[in-house]
This record gives sequence, structure tokens and C-alpha cells, in this order.
Amino acid sequence: MIIDLPSTTTSQVNSKLVQLREEGGAVTLGRVLTLVIVTDDGAKTEEAVDAANDASREHPCRVIVVARGARKAAARLDAQIRVGGDAGASEVIVLRLYGELANEGASCVVPLLLPDTPVVAWWPNDAPAVPAKDPIGMLAQRRITDAAAEKNPIKALEQRRAGYTPGDTDLAWTRLTLWRAMLASALDLPPYEKVTEAEVSGEADSPSTDLLAAWLAAYLRAPVKRLKATHGEGIVDVKLERRSGAVELVRPDGRVGTLTQPGQPERRVALQRREVRDCLAEELRRLDPDEVYETSLKALGKVSRGRTSTKVAAKPAKPATNGTAPAEAAEPEKAADKAAEKTADKAPAKAAVKASAKPVKAAKQAARAKAGS
Amino acid sequence: MTAPTKRNPLRDARDKRLPRIAGPCGLVIFGVTGDLSRKKLMPAIYDLANRGLLPPGFGLVGFARRDWADQDFMEVVHDAVKQHARTPFRQAVWEQLAEGIRFVQGTFDDDAAFDSLAETVRQLDEERGTGGNHAFYLSVPPSAFTTVVNQLSRSGLAKAPGTHPGQWRRVVIEKPFGHDLTSAKQLNKIVNDVFPEESVFRIDHYLGKETVQNILALRFANQLYEPIWNANYVDHVQITMAEDIGLGGRAGYYDGIGAARDVIQNHLLQLLALTAMEEPVSFRPSDLRAEKVKVLSATRLIGPFDETTSRGQYTGGWQGGQKVPGLLEEGGFAKDSTTETYAAITAEVNTRRWAGVPFYLRTGKRLGRRVTEVAVVFKRAPHLPFDDTATEELGQNALVVRVQPDEGVTMRFGSKVPGNSMEVRDVTMDFGYGHAFTESSPEAYERLLLDVLLGEPSLFPKNDEVELSWEILDPVIKHWASHGAPEKYKAGTWGPASAEAMMARTGRHWRRP
Repeated sequence: MIIDLPSTTTSQVNSKLVQLREEGGAVTLGRVLTLVIVTDDGAKTEEAVDAANDASREHPCRVIVVARGARKAAARLDAQIRVGGDAGASEVIVLRLYGELANEGASCVVPLLLPDTPVVAWWPNDAPAVPAKDPIGMLAQRRITDAAAEKNPIKALEQRRAGYTPGDTDLAWTRLTLWRAMLASALDLPPYEKVTEAEVSGEADSPSTDLLAAWLAAYLRAPVKRLKATHGEGIVDVKLERRSGAVELVRPDGRVGTLTQPGQPERRVALQRREVRDCLAEELRRLDPDEVYETSLKALGKVSRGRTSTKVAAKPAKPATNGTAPAEAAEPEKAADKAAEKTADKAPAKAAVKASAKPVKAAKQAARAKAGS
Repeated sequence: MTAPTKRNPLRDARDKRLPRIAGPCGLVIFGVTGDLSRKKLMPAIYDLANRGLLPPGFGLVGFARRDWADQDFMEVVHDAVKQHARTPFRQAVWEQLAEGIRFVQGTFDDDAAFDSLAETVRQLDEERGTGGNHAFYLSVPPSAFTTVVNQLSRSGLAKAPGTHPGQWRRVVIEKPFGHDLTSAKQLNKIVNDVFPEESVFRIDHYLGKETVQNILALRFANQLYEPIWNANYVDHVQITMAEDIGLGGRAGYYDGIGAARDVIQNHLLQLLALTAMEEPVSFRPSDLRAEKVKVLSATRLIGPFDETTSRGQYTGGWQGGQKVPGLLEEGGFAKDSTTETYAAITAEVNTRRWAGVPFYLRTGKRLGRRVTEVAVVFKRAPHLPFDDTATEELGQNALVVRVQPDEGVTMRFGSKVPGNSMEVRDVTMDFGYGHAFTESSPEAYERLLLDVLLGEPSLFPKNDEVELSWEILDPVIKHWASHGAPEKYKAGTWGPASAEAMMARTGRHWRRP
């Protein structure tokens, strides 16, 4: 059922909700959280609502969509309430804000929050520079952004790092869970050798690849290189070097990965790219600050960058022979410096490539926003 | 499992997103053509794979008498998965799983078949990297049990090859765990001769259910309930497992076994243990088990059994719009069968916490509806400052854990009826899992199979728990055996008249669940 309340106020929305509950039975009583979706009014709004409806099958919630319309129009609030079949297991309240009101979304959200339950804010597209300082972000315990859906994903990730506040999370991180689980379980088994270096390659603008490299850098305390893959989608290849040989997880087609470990047969792993709805459902499962994400964000600087993936056959594991822990700890910085030099040399060429690749990139971005990275 | 976690730099206790994926391993199912295997085990394996919780290169071996090739078996698994799996079918996941599916044809007394099974398992280690780690799921009738265990021992399958440290072999067994204390001990001995107790996983699928695990969360994570969870406030406890289906087609298993052995010995006494046990010092399997063993060892039946127990057998009639046969008319049952299809007992837990609180346990087939619940019924308030007429409709407060269906918790308490006179009536407050959390929580078998592969024993009863349960139940089974046929009850009702009588003698009554 969809009920439109044009040019209204939040108290009218609230009384309509109570009326609906009395007519149709207890609708809101089992809700476990309020999800606030902040977006610009447009085609993408519906996609976000659909994803939220799917996620609500796992976590029944009240979804409040703050859709910011034309700033130049007269200030007005149009509301729409969706319950039942049109809203999954949730109830959706769409607030379209026009004019001056568009920048005052928080004031419309406050009266509609469920009492004494967590509030989650989600920016499916462009997020504020510091989500925790955004008026709506300040209402929320948990703030979900999506670096991959922004115009410059890598820069967005950098922004997340600078503005990190406990409670922040990003879908680029959520998309990594399967990869991280697979890699962690590969190291659960003997031989328990130290990983001496690691390489992660993926699409140039895949923030998940950067985060994966940073996670490895933070936890392995070994030099980690981030390479640009020549083919494939999202994350393409992870290689962890150990004395006995490399553990490698490759996913060339975005669907099925292959795990290779020394002394063991090659194994295939279903590693499909995750949809936004899956990621959102995972995010709603945890409402406490994600320290591991924080640690990984902070380690972004430890990752050294290479330009193209040189599909090398297992390199001899160098650092294993060159000694003590402090020396190893110093290694990443050195490597980073080297990489910086390298990129500086080739900067003009890079710019040219970038310029010509722009339309392709825009198309890709749109595709990613739809399917997830 | 704690050791590798410590040594693995990528594991962080704060990283709650990372699931625990089973290490390289395989599962061998005996009795793979059975209903349980098709409806529960295979779908559960696919669901686990789909959730990314199985190791890459997982091996699944079926063993049965049918003359099948790997391909035929694969087809059977495929159909079972498509029909019964909880999560959506994904071709990529299936293909990856299918690569590891094998079938070995043979009977349980065929040495050659078991040797070929051993060879298949060895090949899986080589081709798929299952690493010498295998679990054997014995979905076989009790009569075949000894043979299979001995064959596993003879063919060397019961022992890990020992090429790497930490390799394991585990065995999964299902109820019935014997039919009395003596046979249970015998059975445990047969199993333990071949598999050490820590490699034995007894499946009680109730313990894999979210709601059952929630009993522990409800009791020990909250401040609200524990202070009143004792004889000072609790009047009595009712544990019910009712089914609306009959026993058509299950005579081979059920005739001579009966409801008490089939359900009370395992499911209901486990529910009792979780409801009544003291707080474990930690949730480590050994600590949890210590508390369960303690409370079971303090549990006794209350007599005289003629007055405190009830047993029945359903007769034919109309149930839910269908004409159904009575037990004696069901195919395969003897015309003079004294097998009970309804059993109710009264137990007491002799601890300071529970002294004087009766625990009523009942189970039956062809009852009013399918429901499993634990109801803790509280005493009446010692003084009511209202007129008698005001509280006429007030019953006893109750906290009900609804195990299935409609999983959740219900609280019943008195509330003022709106109006200008003071009148108090019972109302209920519901917490539904389906409302507050996931629409589809993992199936019990999913959780339990994963726990087997991870070697996580907390949800599996150990041999001493099984033996203690038989010790509790044996006296009443003996008593019934010497007292003729069970009382009849009509299909679709809530049991025989004696069931009401056993409650009425202390002024109580069964809840209608």
C-alpha cells in the first residue's frame, strides 16, 4: 500500500502511521532499527529503497528516505508512506524535501525515529566529507557510505580515512568479507609461516582492492603491493608469499576464484561479486564500531603502489632471508617512496590515459552502482 | 581450533564479520538414499556452500546399496538441493560443490565396498585437497550401526592417515542412542572403541535450533529473568513437543520404541537441562556440558507413576479436515501393539534452585497441532489487593519459549481491562524471531554440520548425558511395560484423559499450546 501525503508535516506523517497501525494490526512493534537513506531525489532513490527492502527481510526496520529535491523551489515536504507488499518487511517513509528544507533533513527525520532503537544512516551515492559531522550522521550510531559509488572512489576512500569516526563503515569494505574470510582460513592451516610479502591487484578505481591491500598490510606486518590489473572486475588477484611458496587467490571473471597453495591441489571457490542488498544486510547485522575497518583504513598509507600487474611466476621470497622484525617493519615506507618516484616519472602518460578513459569510467561507475563491486 | 587462530595473523577477535570456514575436509554419508539425507543433509550442505562456509575443495561421498554412478548421485543431490535448499540456487556454487561429489556402491557387510570407499576418500585427499579430514554421517538404522562402525575400523577409515598433525576423523550419529541404559552403554562402548569420545557427534537437531540456543541467551545475558528463575517464584515448568502427523510408514522404526524413548529421552530432557541448569562459568563446551550433566544427575521422576505419568495411543478419526487411521490400523504396526504415541511424565530437579518445582514433560503424535515449547509458569502473587471479582480472570504469569513453529518468546501477565471498574485479565506480549530478526535463520542441520566440520562440540550431547537421560527415564519405561496397553485418545486432541488427571491432582492444568 502506498499513501501519498503531499505538502505535509512530520506530525501528520506520524498520525497517519498510528492510524495505519490501528487499522492493519501491529506494524511497527517488531522493528529493530531505523534506517535513514540520504540521497538526491532521482532514479537512484528507488534502487536504494529496493535494496533496503531486501535487507529488511533480515532486519525488519523503519526506512526513512530523505530525498533532496530542487533547492530553488519553494520550501515544501512531500511524504509517502509504503507498507505491506510495497515495502518488504519494513515500512518505508519517503520524505521529499524542496527548497531551503532540502538542507534541513535532520529536522524531518528526528520525529520519525523509532524509540530506543539504533539509527543507521546510509548514503548510497555521494556521502558528506565527514559523515559523523553531518546533521543526519550525528543522529546515527552507524554511518554507511559507499566509496565505489562516488565519482572518484580512491579519493573518497582517502576522505573516509581522514574523517573516520567510530561507527563509520563503507560498502567497499563489506564487499571484501568473502575474500578476507577465504584468505584468513587459508592461513588457519599449517604451515604457520610468516607471510613475507603480499600483492593485491584489481581494477584501478576499485576501492575494495585498496582496502584489502591495507588490511593485509595492517595485519601481516609485511610489505604489500597494490597493482592495477589489466583485466577482470573489482579485485582480481591476491598473492601471499611464504617461505614454502605463495598462497594465491585469483578471480579473473568476477564469479569463481581459484585458490592455490603449495603442496595442495588447486581449488575453486565461488566468489561472486556481492550485490548492494547483501552488503547492506551484512552491515545491519553489526551495529558496533568496526575496529578492523578502522585499522585497515589507517594502514592505507602502508601499501605501496605499482602500475600494472606483472603476472610473475612465484618470485623468491626475499625478506624471509633478510632478518629481523624492525627491518621488516621499516620496509613498507621504503617501498612506498619508491613507488611514489615511479608514478611521478610516468605521471604525464598516466594523465593522458585517464583523460581518454573517462567515458568508459563513467559507464563503469553506473554499472557498479547497480551491481555492487 | 584455538591454536591456529592464535597463530594466524589475519584473525582478530574484534573482526566479527569473518565467518569461521571449516578447514579442508570431506563428509561421507551412509544411508544417503534416506529421507533425512535428501530433505535435510544435502540441502544443508549446499546452503553452507552458498554462504561460503565450506572449504574450497569440499568432498561429499555417498554410500548406499543402489547401483549408481557418481553422475546419478550428483543428480539426486542436485534435485534435493533445488527442491529443499533454503538459499537460492546458484550455478557457480553448485558446480564447485559438484566437483567433489562421489558415490560408492555397496552393502554394509561388504568388505570390498568399504575398501573402495577408503580408496575414494584417499583420492579426494589427492584430487581435492581434503587433507585427510573426514566426517562420517551414519544415517542408518540402529541394527546396521555396529556393522558400519566396525567396517570403518577394519578398513582403516576411522583413523586419520597421520601425514600431518591435526588431521581428524569424526563420526556423526543420530538417535536412538540405545533403547535403555544398558543398550546405550553398550552402544557407547562400540562407538568409543573405534572413535574417541571427542570425535563422536550425536545429533539432536533441536539443539541446533536458534530458539533453543536462545534459552541460554535469554537466561544468562539478561538481568530480568534470572532472579525469578527458581522455586521461590516458579510454580512449575511444562515442556511440550507435539506433532500433528501420525506414524504411517514409520512402523519399522517406531513400533516397540514409543514416544518416551523417541522424544523424551533426548529432545525433552535436553530442553529441561537447558532450562534448569545453573549458569556455566563460561560458554566453552566443557563448562556448558558440566552444568548439563550436573542438572541431569539431579533429575528424578516423581511417582507413583500411575498418578504422575500418562501414556496413550491415538485412534482414528477426523483431524484437520481429513480422516486419519489409528495407530493399530497404520501399516506395519501389530494389531495389539502397546507402543505409546503419547507420553507425559513428571520430573523433579533436586537442587536448591528447583526443590519442589515439578517439571512436566509431554510429547505425542496426532495431537492438536505441531508445536514445541517450554513454558515456565509462575506462582500467583502472594497477596492481591483487589476485590475477588476484579481478578477472576487473572491466571498465572508465564514465560513461554516457542521453539517451533513461530519461534519466539511469549510473556503472559495481567493487565487492567479498559473501563471504569478495576478488572484484571491475562494479556500476552510476544517477541517473534521472524519479526525482530532474519526471516530465514539457518536450518538446525546447517549449524550442526558446520559445527561437526569445525570440531565444535557444544551443541552435541556426550555419552554421559545420554546415559544420565536413560537413567532418568528407565524406571517409567519399565513400569509401563508391565502395565498393559496404553490408554486411547482421539486423533487431533491433546492426549488421553489420564494426561489431564496427572495435572489435576495437584490443581494444575496443561497449557493449550
